[in-house]
Amino acid sequence: MTANKTIITDFLIDVAGLTPDIAFWVEMVTVAAIYLGVFAILGLFLVWMERRVAGFFQFRLGPNRRGPMGLFQTVADALKLVSKELTGNATADKFLYTVAPYFVIVTSLMSLAVIPFSAELQAFDINIGIFFITAVSSVAVIGIFLAGWASNNKYSLIGGMRSGIQMISYELSIGMVIVTMTVLTGTLQLSEIVEIQKNGWLIMQGHIPAIIGFMIFMIAGTAEANRTPFDLVEAESELGAGFHSEYSGMNFAYYFLAEFVNMFIISAMAVVLFFGGWLSPFGITDGIPYVGAFWFVLKTLGVIFLMMWFRWTFPRFRIDQLLTLEWKYLIPINMVNIVIMALIVWLGLTISF
Amino acid sequence: MENQQFLADKIRTQEYKLNMGPQHPATHGVMRMVLSLDGEEIKYIEPVLGYIHRGIEKMCESISYKQTIHLSDRLDYLSSHMNNEAIALLVEKGTGIEVNDRIKVIRTMMSELTRLASHQLWWGVMGMDTGALTSFMFAFRDRELINDIFEETCGSRLTMNYNVIGGLRYDIHENFVKRVKEFITHFKAKLPEYDRLLSNNIIFRKRTEGLGIISKEDAIAYGMNGPTGRASGYACDIRKRLPYSAYDRVEFKEIIATEGDAFARYKVRILEMWESLHILEQLVDNIPEGEHKVKTKAVIKLPKGEYLQRVESARGDLGIYVNSDGGKNPYRMKFRSPSFANMHALNKMSENTKIGDLVVNFSTIDVVVPDIDR
Repeated sequence: MTANKTIITDFLIDVAGLTPDIAFWVEMVTVAAIYLGVFAILGLFLVWMERRVAGFFQFRLGPNRRGPMGLFQTVADALKLVSKELTGNATADKFLYTVAPYFVIVTSLMSLAVIPFSAELQAFDINIGIFFITAVSSVAVIGIFLAGWASNNKYSLIGGMRSGIQMISYELSIGMVIVTMTVLTGTLQLSEIVEIQKNGWLIMQGHIPAIIGFMIFMIAGTAEANRTPFDLVEAESELGAGFHSEYSGMNFAYYFLAEFVNMFIISAMAVVLFFGGWLSPFGITDGIPYVGAFWFVLKTLGVIFLMMWFRWTFPRFRIDQLLTLEWKYLIPINMVNIVIMALIVWLGLTISF
Repeated sequence: MENQQFLADKIRTQEYKLNMGPQHPATHGVMRMVLSLDGEEIKYIEPVLGYIHRGIEKMCESISYKQTIHLSDRLDYLSSHMNNEAIALLVEKGTGIEVNDRIKVIRTMMSELTRLASHQLWWGVMGMDTGALTSFMFAFRDRELINDIFEETCGSRLTMNYNVIGGLRYDIHENFVKRVKEFITHFKAKLPEYDRLLSNNIIFRKRTEGLGIISKEDAIAYGMNGPTGRASGYACDIRKRLPYSAYDRVEFKEIIATEGDAFARYKVRILEMWESLHILEQLVDNIPEGEHKVKTKAVIKLPKGEYLQRVESARGDLGIYVNSDGGKNPYRMKFRSPSFANMHALNKMSENTKIGDLVVNFSTIDVVVPDIDR
């Protein structure tokens, strides 16, 4: 890993005169700190965006007082949450109850590390990148499940059980869509997947199966992020927010932020897999370093807007309907879709420029 | 099959109890239900009432008839006008006070506006209970206009206290007709939006269709009434059966559905909003001239005997029973509230359904908890 020459290590070794080993550690800590900052800012920004979008859909304004367009409203909310007392259920399983939020927050941070913001801005470019995200994000369900169990509250427990059922089921769909797209790309490395799309975004290269795949990915992704119409885990009107009803203050904020960052990760995956990652439309800014991040974030916010649109339009599924949708519709469609994609790639029917 | 038997032998499961309410977002107030659950499946619901019992019936025994109107606002606060009207009609019938046409027409219009406001709120909350939060804001956007009309004429937006014995407290505001016309045009354009957002949504349809079916026989046996009863095919609209105020001179349809499921209950209310608009349209240009209040005695006494007045409130058949001993206070005043009767069917509706279905069923019977407890 020390062999990885980056700007930061170069700077530390050449300018600051550190030994490569120390430079490596200093870089690690710096990047971790940067990612923590990105995590917090992303979370806060997305909460703000959700509230503004909700306002837009509901003839309201949303937060608009603190800072430009109310941008600092969520910062104030976060400060309030930090200052709040951590209350909890006295009969809760203290250890698991305290540990649970960290499963969720650590997994979303780990997934964030492999997200390629641009060709240069990617902390951790491994050759199984997309597989790494799915593997790591499945661990998050443990956090939610633990929270539901450890809270010693029947509503939380029902929420936790629902999350177990839901996330394990929909993980399959996401995995199968990734397989479908991997048939086309031939690689699991995120940066390579993006590079391949220089000849046309994958949603165009793979045309029909890719569009079907994108639709399934959005459905399963919404379910993975526990958002309406799949917010059974929280289900405010049924369970009064489910697994995190016993959490307060910062512990609650961890879940809340992680939920929004997970939404970002799902959307980022969609952008990498279907919309050309950091590549600009028609290659207008390709080759200029760091500008890719702009396009990447813009595209991701577009997909996030789509997910918010779902949330503020659709009612919620019932638990059996949720499973019917996954096991009786999405998985069979997905299986056929993989075969179609394989045929298309085999027969060379992909569209590329 | 063998596997299932094996599991059933090895794993011991049991029903557990879940306490829903009195503080719970889906119970629309302080309703408490103790659910017996098998996993997510509901086996039995035990409603626990009394969390907002204020003893209104008992209080009515120690105050004059005029004063009881003020308390009746707080029964079913969403159809406060109908509650007021019921008491006013009862006392007017008992003492032989004849009100003029203007009063009758304005009362009818106010009732229909109240019904619209109540159904709008119900629609918004129905969406919220199924998880679609936007419907609430849609509903409130339109409900606001009705509340403005009330505020202008009655001085209050929710508990209007507009009826008095022998007429109305104030004459209508000069803007009333204009505002009602504006509202009718506005809402006629907006009501199809309700269908686009919720009624035609596939998830919503899947969640409500075929859920909580109540047959006509059961509906009658449980004493269900109002839109909830009519969804099961039970023609029980008091406005048609026993017309009061100006309902005998307007033309409107009694909405009846035969499916008896949650979607039928939903559909009946949506169509009722169209009918209410139709009634308002007929009356808004034809408000007769006249006094807004007829002369009554300072102290009103009902002759000895029993009296009953039924009106169709937004929730259903509201019956007011008075037993008078000839004094200035009622000897006994009993409110037969529609929500209380409709509540009974909840157990039947929710047999072997999921927790999410209970919330939908509870929403479709549209109870107002202070109306149950009184």
